[in-house]
Amino acid sequence: MTRAAPTVKQRLERIDLLGRWGLILPAALMIFSFMALPMLVMALISILEPGNFGGVKWGAYSGDAYQKFILERDLSDHLVVNTDYLSIFSRSFSLSAVTTVLTLLLGFPSALYIALQPPKRRQILMFLVSIPFWTNLLVRTYSWILLLRNGGLIQSGLEVIGFRGSLNLLYTDFAVQVGLVYSFLPFMVLPIYTSLEKLDWRLVEAAFDLGANRWSALRRVILPLAAPGIASGCILVFIPALGSYFIPELLGGSRALMIGNLIQNQFGASRNWPFGAALSFALLAFVLVLMLLYALRFQRNLEAQS
Amino acid sequence: MTSSQNPLWRFPGLQAIIWFFFAFLYVPIFVLVALSFNKNDAATLWTGFTFDWYRVVLENDNIVRAAQNSLIVALSATAVSTVLATAAALGMAGRRFKGQNVFNALVGLPLLVPEIVTAVASLLFFLSLGIPLSLVTVIIAHIVFCTPFAYLPIRARLEGLDPRINEAAADLYSSPLRAFWRVTLPLLLPGILSGAMLAFIISLDDFVITFFVAGAGATTLPVYIFGMIRIGITPEVNAVSSLLLLLSIAVVTLSYFLGQRGAAHSS
Repeated sequence: MTRAAPTVKQRLERIDLLGRWGLILPAALMIFSFMALPMLVMALISILEPGNFGGVKWGAYSGDAYQKFILERDLSDHLVVNTDYLSIFSRSFSLSAVTTVLTLLLGFPSALYIALQPPKRRQILMFLVSIPFWTNLLVRTYSWILLLRNGGLIQSGLEVIGFRGSLNLLYTDFAVQVGLVYSFLPFMVLPIYTSLEKLDWRLVEAAFDLGANRWSALRRVILPLAAPGIASGCILVFIPALGSYFIPELLGGSRALMIGNLIQNQFGASRNWPFGAALSFALLAFVLVLMLLYALRFQRNLEAQS
Repeated sequence: MTSSQNPLWRFPGLQAIIWFFFAFLYVPIFVLVALSFNKNDAATLWTGFTFDWYRVVLENDNIVRAAQNSLIVALSATAVSTVLATAAALGMAGRRFKGQNVFNALVGLPLLVPEIVTAVASLLFFLSLGIPLSLVTVIIAHIVFCTPFAYLPIRARLEGLDPRINEAAADLYSSPLRAFWRVTLPLLLPGILSGAMLAFIISLDDFVITFFVAGAGATTLPVYIFGMIRIGITPEVNAVSSLLLLLSIAVVTLSYFLGQRGAAHSS
């Protein structure tokens, strides 16, 4: 069967498409080769045997790195359950979950307040929220050392009102928790504000007219309409909190480890690349599942809106 | 919205929360900057105003070298990622076609994957290919995560452009290239500038990924500051941290006002 010759229009469209791919390709190749490909290499390394002095033994496959999450070889080469790593995982999850809840509790009312301001003021306030979002997280974390340490600003302030003795706030889980909330708070406010800004407030007014009190108006009208923003805020806070490295490193004590510190350790003192790769891969897999759930739940809403 | 319709009065207490919210965000930053001018070098006790610590910072060769590295990395990464992002945004604009979602997923990857995972993957990738860690590996890694930040504002700006302006240019016998150069690009420029500035800040501020892929001699300012903090808290750290903070704030503010101007022009 002979195919009909393409019309001039089809030919032009094909050339146009080729040109557009040509424009996209450099960026796509860059991200693919130095982001997607490295992750595949990381996945491969996670199933190799560690080398004796760092590095890996190429071609020697082993599932030890994953087994190491829960099992450990004792002196007589028996496998015994080791909960050290599991407890670091659960600590990371609970710190990140509490961070998410606290940023939501503080971020939602703040976003609500900003969304109800006149347009000009709204812009200024959102600009003030976004400044910390764009400034150096490491330096912002460091500023909490100045506040929390013994002899720091919080203790000095308390001494003025008659408090004596050391608070020992720094290098604790409390300090890590404060640092996480502080660092990721803008990540919660930005998406919630975006969804509240688009909200039709006449609906809320209608709810009040129909006899709703402020809690039921909030719960039955505002919250459902802001749900996509709240969900993306929670994801934007939870994921980087879970993977945070220098916040626990700087504010936490030697026992306040999180997954990020454990991973970094495998490339420093512990010299176990496959285990470091396996930990990172587990973290990545968890994040991807979370994103998939989010997409399944909220993609439909987004499509319905547009 | 008129005040009679504004439901804000229905939610008392929000005012107090917003005050706490902004105090929580800004007090630590102000404390840091204030202490960088403090004469007393031992404690967080205020004993007088001085610029000394800034002089000490500028006289520290290691800090100056780290700052130079940071600028080299940020400028190179910004230049390359902005060009890549602009090209990609132009390619993605207009009629939809199959395969676009693949690029959307790729460009979302650096935004979504935890930094520590990207850092480990990049480190292992360079090491297993036998590429020595240097400023070059840092720049490559930065180009990758800067590209989405440059891409998003450019794409948004392009989305807001009226596609009919190109048709108008064509009707007036302009070649596609000329139309791009004389019509699309000038209109796109605010988006490109704001994308470039975001890429610059993101690169300048990055710590985790740089920390992993920087070889000896490729220390950037955040990596150097991290090392200083681990050794001890000194007014010098306060000063250099304040400088980095103020630089980011200046660039964000500039980018914000450029965006405002761009928005005002197009409407």
